[in-house]
Amino acid sequence: MPDTAHAMRLLTSAPFRLALTALSIVMPAAAIFAAFVGWQVNLLLTDRTLEVLRGELQYFRSELDRGGTAALATAVSDRSAVRGSGLYRLSIPSGTKITVGNLATMPEGVTADGNIFQVWSDAEKRYYAAAGLVVSVPGGGQLLVARGIEDQRTFAANLQRTAFAGVGLLTFIALVLGWSASRRTNRRVSDVTTTARSIMAGDFSRRIPRDQSGDEFDHLASSLNEMLARIEDLMQALREVSDNIAHDLKTPLTRLRNRAEAALRDDSALAHRDGLERVIEEADGLIQTFNALLLIARLEVGAVDATRSVCEIASLVRDVAELYQPVADEAGLEIKFVGNQPVPLAVNRQLIGQAVANMLDNAIKYSSGSSIPSSGPVIVTVAPQADNGVEIAVADRGPGIPAVDRERATKRFVRLEQSRSRPGSGLGLSLVAAVARLHGGRVRLEDNEPGLRIVMSLPQLEQNSATVNLPGASARAGQSTSVSG
Amino acid sequence: MRVLVIEDDRETAQFLLKALKESGHLADTAADGETGLVMAREGVYDVLIVDRMLPKRDGLSIVETLRAEYFRTPALILSALGSVDDRVKGLRAGGDDYLTKPYAFSELLARIEALGRRSDPETQTTRYVVGDLALDRLSHKVTRGGETVPLQAREFRLLEYLMRHAGQVVTRTMLLEHVWDYHFDPQTNVIDVHISRLRSKIDKGFPKQLLHTVRGAGYVVRDGDA
Repeated sequence: MPDTAHAMRLLTSAPFRLALTALSIVMPAAAIFAAFVGWQVNLLLTDRTLEVLRGELQYFRSELDRGGTAALATAVSDRSAVRGSGLYRLSIPSGTKITVGNLATMPEGVTADGNIFQVWSDAEKRYYAAAGLVVSVPGGGQLLVARGIEDQRTFAANLQRTAFAGVGLLTFIALVLGWSASRRTNRRVSDVTTTARSIMAGDFSRRIPRDQSGDEFDHLASSLNEMLARIEDLMQALREVSDNIAHDLKTPLTRLRNRAEAALRDDSALAHRDGLERVIEEADGLIQTFNALLLIARLEVGAVDATRSVCEIASLVRDVAELYQPVADEAGLEIKFVGNQPVPLAVNRQLIGQAVANMLDNAIKYSSGSSIPSSGPVIVTVAPQADNGVEIAVADRGPGIPAVDRERATKRFVRLEQSRSRPGSGLGLSLVAAVARLHGGRVRLEDNEPGLRIVMSLPQLEQNSATVNLPGASARAGQSTSVSG
Repeated sequence: MRVLVIEDDRETAQFLLKALKESGHLADTAADGETGLVMAREGVYDVLIVDRMLPKRDGLSIVETLRAEYFRTPALILSALGSVDDRVKGLRAGGDDYLTKPYAFSELLARIEALGRRSDPETQTTRYVVGDLALDRLSHKVTRGGETVPLQAREFRLLEYLMRHAGQVVTRTMLLEHVWDYHFDPQTNVIDVHISRLRSKIDKGFPKQLLHTVRGAGYVVRDGDA
């Protein structure tokens, strides 16, 4: 029964419950107020009637003072003759024995303070309410002045009824509003849940529909969509990593297997030994590629809680250049280091070292043995920037990278056509790019005319993180202060 | 050397046990953290090899506990976690060295031998001598057969490290870590080139080689045949 379930969901939804709670407090109060108003109105009108009657009594008293009981009797009978709601009775049992008025009997229990009593109407064959007062007149008589108050009662009752009807109407409107609010909320929330469900089912492209109303649901949808976009990016990156792992590891794995098989086919112990050594060599290469892959993936998703410490970039880069100098020498290349100015920057020394190593490795690899006969020196530059950041550049005189391919070259696994024959995982520059991104910087490839110039620019990090000392790290890194961030 | 291997994977543990025995060491294994800690507390081991992820008690906690109890047995932490931060954590917990899986046994062996040697009272030696090669740490002078060998600062530190571990195999990564303080993959055979330069300075023209290459493992400075 989806409809019942839907209705139940609406009834249990937060806005509807809120409306019910508000109603349960406000509506009894409104009903009590309406009843009170009706009662008060009735009371007020009775008071006013009595007020009028007292005025009339004043008139009768003046008639009595002017002409005695006879004049009073005349006045009473005159008034009684007037068609209206006025009720009168004057009875004086002694002396002249006067009984005038339009009321047949003197009602019981009516006093000079004013009371309400029931009057029998012959015409309408029913009792109706009247308010009146009775005063004594000379000669042991009594004068009743009264007025029917049925109209006023009806009025008060009508008023009360209207008020109750209003309360009822308001309740109804509140319920309808609560219902529609809960429907609206439900719809918006179910947009979110539906999207969440389909994302759980694997459709990462789904987004929560927005109505651009700028309300809190719209804001929520927008934030959630941003979050989903980020998740999708990460998933995409992850998928790429696994695709690339599959692609780039299968080749060396196949090679490894082939070597093992080839060694098995041979019967000599020497061949076995040789084969095993080659297998280990291949396995080491695989591990290297795998580590590089993992590192890039972790850098790209920011999963590396890279410990940063303030390093002097120029000497850091010079040290790495020095490490590679002999390799360059062997390749008949010279590494020239340019950068005398010390540049302190909070970086991860190992990661920056690795990045610079990759840049140098790349430069040496591509400028040595290239078809270009006189490859010039590899120039390493550390240039402080105006924003307190730094640019580390490695320029070679190798074949360079055509402008169209430069963007692609920092992507994972991209090995441009002319470099396929060279060894390497093809991860070097993408690792450089990932390290730069982790430090908030970027990598650009420029034309060195001829050759390639790789520039890694690192911005100054805002120094908001607390300075902490890492005993293990600093002892090894030889740094006195470390900043984790 | 007597080595305790705390490793929960049976096959790995057996492999290490066998390989260590073949390398002339005594070895015991513990399959979980608690047993490992109890055995390590016996204090009969020269080196501990501790896997980072273990049942009952993780590797870092074992090392931390031992250090808190003033056990100084050198510990090498083995882990599949290889980032710089993981390393730092491992060393901060009191580990003396950190090796990421997968590793070459030669690498592991070289490292635990270096650690085992270190547990000997750290000699304040100012002079290392191997054959007719001598290195003076105070005057920063290296002589071979009485002749001064001019070395650059980095070459000196390279030779110093090799000579401190004279007779022990030192791997390329160990050199990269201790001489250059780099914990990353240098992509190319940089260390080999540095070694061959050093060799040309200290061994060239001498009938007896002192700096040997150990195939598939690393290098060793030794007065004798490789």
